[in-house]
Amino acid sequence: MVKVKHLSKSYNNKKVIDDVSLNIPKGKITSFIGPNGAGKSTLISMITRLIAQDNGEISIDGDNISKIKNKDLAKTISILKQSNSINLKLTIRELISFGRFPYSQGKLTKEDWEKVDEAIEYMELESIQDKYLDELSGGQRQRAHIAMVIAQDTEYIMLDEPLNNLDMRHSVQIMKILRQLVEELGKTVVIVIHDINFASCYSDNIVALKDGKVVKHGQPCDVIDSCVLKEIYEMDIDIKEINDKRICVYF
Amino acid sequence: MDYKKKTITLFVIAIALIFLYVFWDLTGNIDYVLPRRLIKVLAIILTGGAIAFATTVFMTIANNRILTPSIMGLDSLYLLVQTFMIYLFGSNSLVMMNNNVNYLISIGAMILFSLVLYRLLFRGEDSNIYFLLLIGLILGTFFNSASSFMQVLIDPNEFMVARDKMFASINNVNTDLVYLSIILLILVMIYFFRYYKYLDVLALGKDLSINLGVPYNHVVKHLLVIVAIMISIATALIGPITFLGLLVVNLAHEFLKTYRHAYLIMGSTLISIIALIGGQFIVEKIFTFETTISVIINFIGGIYFIYLLLKENKSW
Repeated sequence: MVKVKHLSKSYNNKKVIDDVSLNIPKGKITSFIGPNGAGKSTLISMITRLIAQDNGEISIDGDNISKIKNKDLAKTISILKQSNSINLKLTIRELISFGRFPYSQGKLTKEDWEKVDEAIEYMELESIQDKYLDELSGGQRQRAHIAMVIAQDTEYIMLDEPLNNLDMRHSVQIMKILRQLVEELGKTVVIVIHDINFASCYSDNIVALKDGKVVKHGQPCDVIDSCVLKEIYEMDIDIKEINDKRICVYF
Repeated sequence: MDYKKKTITLFVIAIALIFLYVFWDLTGNIDYVLPRRLIKVLAIILTGGAIAFATTVFMTIANNRILTPSIMGLDSLYLLVQTFMIYLFGSNSLVMMNNNVNYLISIGAMILFSLVLYRLLFRGEDSNIYFLLLIGLILGTFFNSASSFMQVLIDPNEFMVARDKMFASINNVNTDLVYLSIILLILVMIYFFRYYKYLDVLALGKDLSINLGVPYNHVVKHLLVIVAIMISIATALIGPITFLGLLVVNLAHEFLKTYRHAYLIMGSTLISIIALIGGQFIVEKIFTFETTISVIINFIGGIYFIYLLLKENKSW
C-alpha cells in the first residue's frame, strides 16, 4: 500500500499540493481526476520521487521512500510521464530493454531478455519490435513505453495521462491492458486521467482533486456523482447508468 | 554496415592518418623530427579524446546535441587567465615562460571556477541544467569582455602573445605537459568509471532516468565535474578548441546511428583524432604553418553548425 501523509508542495509560494493524505490500496486501479492545475501530476511525481516534497511523508509497504535506495525503489515503483520525447536512435526492443536497468545495471542477462520478450508479447509489439521510435505512431509509442514499464516488473505502476493524444480505439486498448495488469499479474496501477468516463468505467478507486486538496476519495459510484463533480469542475454534469456503468454527459 | 564495423573503419582510418602524418616526408635529422612528431600525435590523441569524451557526456546530460561544454564559459575563462597573466606580469615573465606553471594555473582556475559554479547552482534539491548553462553563458561573455578590456590596455607586442593564445595550436606543444595530462586524464577516467553505466540511461531524459533508479542529481553533478576537468586539461594543453566537440560528437551520432555510449565515445574520439591529425597535416604541408589548426576546425565546424541548424529547422 502506498501511504501519503500530510504532503505539501509549493511553487513560488503558491500551494499546488496542500496537506494531502491518502492511501492507495494494492491490487487495484486508482485514478486521479480533477481540473487542470489541481495538482494531479505533481502528486504522482512526488510519490515516484521525480519531485521532492516540501512537507509530509510517503511510504510504500511501510517503508519511507526517502530511505529506500534508488535502485531498489526502481524495482518497486515505476512512473511513465505524459511527455516522452526521446530523440535517440532507439528501437522498441532496445527501449524496453532499458526497463531491466534496475536489475542488471546495463548488463542484461538471459533472464532479463526473457522478461523483455514477455513484455513485448504482452503489449503485442512482436511485429514492430525492431522499428525505431521515431517511425512509430503515437499509440505504438505509448504501448512501447508501457511495455518498458512492464519489463521493469514493479509492484506499483504509475502513469501520468497515458491516454493523452490517443484515439478511442487505442485508449480502450491501453485501459484494457491496465486492467489485465491488475487482474492477471496482480499489479497496482495509479493513473492521472482527464476523461472521467474512462475513470468511471475502468477504475476501482477514484481520487478527485481540486486546488491541491483531495475533494473525494472512493469507489466510482461514490465519486461519479453530480454533486461531487459539480464541486470539482464547477459545471453541471448529468450522470446516466449504461450497462451498470456511470457515464457522465457534460456536453 | 552496423555501428561496430563503422567504429572499426574509423579506427583504421585514424591509424592510417597517424602513420601518414608521422612518416610523410621524414627527412633530415630523424632523431629530432620523429620524437617531435610523435609527441604532437600524442597531444592530438589526448586533446581529441578528452574533448570528444567530455562533449559526448555533456550532450547526453543536457539532452541536446547543439550545446557544448564551451557554453559553460571555460574557453573564455582560459583566455582571461592568459590575458590577465600577461597584463599583470608581462609576456616575458616567469609565469608565461614556464609552461608548467602556466598550465597548472590555467587548469586550477578552470576547475575551481566550475566547482564554484556547480556548488552555487546545485545548492537546492533540483538541479536545473539549463539554468547552469545560462549562468555559464553570461559569465563567459563577462570573461570575454574582461579579456578584451585588458588586451586593449597592454602593449601591442604583448597583445600578439595574448592573441596567439586565442587559437589552439599543436605546433609548440610541450612534452612535459603531455605526460602530465596523461596522468591527469587517467585519474579522471578512474573516477568516471563508476558512472559509466548510467550514460545510456541518462540519454533517455531526467524522468525516465529517475524512474529506472539512477541517482540523478548525484550522477549529473559528478559527471559535470568530470566534463569540466577534461575540458580544462584539453584547453590548457593546446588552447581553446571546444568547438571541435560539437562537430565530432554530432558526426559520430549521424554516422554510427546508435545510442550506446561505449561506441559513441569511441567513435567521436576517433573522428576527433582524424579531424585533428588531418587538420594538422593540412596546416603543416599545405599552409606551411601559416595558420593554426583551430582556424581550420572552426571554419569546418561553423559550416557544419549552420547545416545542423537548418536541418533541425526543417524537421519542425
